[in-house]
Amino acid sequence: MKSRITEKFNTLREKNEKALIAYITSGDPDIHTTINLVLKMEEAGVDIVELGIPYSDPLADGPVIQRAAQRSLKNGTNIDSIFHMVSKLREKTDLPLVFMLYYNSVFRYGVEKFLENCKDYGVDGLIIPDLPLEEKKELNEMMKDYAIDLIPLVAPTSEDRIKEIVSDTEGFVYCISSIGVTGMRESFEKDLSDFINKVRKYTDTPLAIGFGISNEQAIKELKELGDGLIVGSAIIKKIEEGIKEDNIEEKVFEFVNRLHEAIH
Amino acid sequence: MMKRFGKFGGQFVPETLMNALIGLEREFMKAKEDESFLKEYAYYVKEYSGRPTPLYYAENLTKQLGGGKIYLKREDLNHTGAHKINNVIGQVLLARRMGKKRIIAETGAGQHGVATATICAMFGLKCEIYMGEEDVQRQSLNVFKMKLLGAKVNTVTSGTKTLKDATNEAIRDWVSNVGDTFYVIGSVVGPHPYPTMVRDFQRIIGDEVKEQIIEKEGRLPDYLIACVGGGSNAMGLFYPFAQEVDVKIYGVEAGGLGVDTEQHAATISKGSIGVIHGMMTYLLQDEYGQIMPVYSISAGLDYPGIGPEHAYYHSIGRVKYEVINDNEAIEGFQYLTKVEGIIPALESAHAIAYLMKLAPNTKKDDLIVVNLSGRGDKDIDTILNVIGSEKNEE
Repeated sequence: MKSRITEKFNTLREKNEKALIAYITSGDPDIHTTINLVLKMEEAGVDIVELGIPYSDPLADGPVIQRAAQRSLKNGTNIDSIFHMVSKLREKTDLPLVFMLYYNSVFRYGVEKFLENCKDYGVDGLIIPDLPLEEKKELNEMMKDYAIDLIPLVAPTSEDRIKEIVSDTEGFVYCISSIGVTGMRESFEKDLSDFINKVRKYTDTPLAIGFGISNEQAIKELKELGDGLIVGSAIIKKIEEGIKEDNIEEKVFEFVNRLHEAIH
Repeated sequence: MMKRFGKFGGQFVPETLMNALIGLEREFMKAKEDESFLKEYAYYVKEYSGRPTPLYYAENLTKQLGGGKIYLKREDLNHTGAHKINNVIGQVLLARRMGKKRIIAETGAGQHGVATATICAMFGLKCEIYMGEEDVQRQSLNVFKMKLLGAKVNTVTSGTKTLKDATNEAIRDWVSNVGDTFYVIGSVVGPHPYPTMVRDFQRIIGDEVKEQIIEKEGRLPDYLIACVGGGSNAMGLFYPFAQEVDVKIYGVEAGGLGVDTEQHAATISKGSIGVIHGMMTYLLQDEYGQIMPVYSISAGLDYPGIGPEHAYYHSIGRVKYEVINDNEAIEGFQYLTKVEGIIPALESAHAIAYLMKLAPNTKKDDLIVVNLSGRGDKDIDTILNVIGSEKNEE
């Protein structure tokens, strides 16, 4: 059975369109808002949503997402409340949902119980930024029984590792646009297109580009390169502004809508 | 090279770092076989740091505690005042070999930061140190030293603002600058090959002890004691004795205000298996895997994880991990100062405090070696506060 992610990319490919993928941290600033934000973003044209599971020690994240995680944890968000949130969302939308989380969250929760829950509640994929090739074999094997995609990450520094990382993958491949942690950037790697083309050589799985994409201009600049673009910290910034002005949903809707127009 | 110690260790890091780790492992393996590298390392630890450090027979301690013969391995006599420099010399020499121009490091108490800043000053390398805001405040002398030595000290305000967060921030820096930057990790922690590499640079402690005790006593010791935060001084002492099954080995964790409170750093005694800073090991975490805040009066021991090789030694029962709380450590601090005229680091005072419990129950002809990992100058303010408030209570 094809996952929601694969179906989404197939549909978009038929229409010759690119996927807009949005990242938000679950429970930032609270679970209820996250549910509304996912639905609003869908309305604004998002194709896939990455739901971050907040973690106390997020090694791959820059300050913006770190702050989001802190706000969420302060409000008592945990994996169980996030699963509950997903079940609520699934009553209202079929949008592909991907968890982005650190391995200790899965490990401590119990890998099997975690995957069972993902299947039962309707999570379509996992992105685990601190689980490189060397450490993911076991989880990879287990996930095959659950029809959940383990999204691999490739970096500009991956070089000769690319082939093995992207072989036998489903969903999409997360191509890290620049060396560093998550966050908004002014410019991208000079050799970004070389890097993406190198990845393309080894897989037919859709390629999504992320890290540092913060506005319509960046979207326009990069959209021809990949099959999808991922925006995270820039959306969280809008949430932060919205918290101050008490209009989170409007802010995010308006911003994502602009991103959606830029990608089409 | 093995990436794991049993099930502990590994490389749980962002993909961006993987080729750097693979390259580091390759360079380290080559360096270990390279006579000129080993000679260079031996030269600097001897001529610059002052090795071998003495294995001092503590006659007064021995008499007063009334058990076996007590020896102190005087790592406090190293240049910069702690064992940390053994490892820093090794890693910075490796960084030079690899042509890296920029060095970063994390530090808790500041000993590793000062050692790194020192070696970078000597070799003329650019150096940035990450240190939690809380530690910056309680270890201001070491912050000043690092700055004098030309290092930039980055105050970390994320998370709990201590060593754990300084480490996160250093890793994030490394992810962002992996091309020209060498990350000098200060303990037997982090992703492979760091735990093995740091151990190999610290094993000089245990190797010297072996030689020195055989020269003095004609045989191996019966007991080894060392304090454990991340665990580098302990691993340096223990590793050369790991196969000597008759040597009983004790690692001493920081019990803070007591292991029944939430204010401690007793990782093995109270922790569970998880992933932190790129390694699978014992750590203090909640039921959802969030890393718990830790506490110890000693800024060098309040780390929520522990070196994966220690986790392994615990799992196979090779090393016994015991807990000493703040008050006992202060007692150990004052005791060693008065009895032997040696002011120990608060970290090392944990090992002394455990010695005070263990020694009276040993036999007269037993030999006990305690690793005195560092000297106490940096902790004088902390001690002054504690003793001052005790005096006030009187």
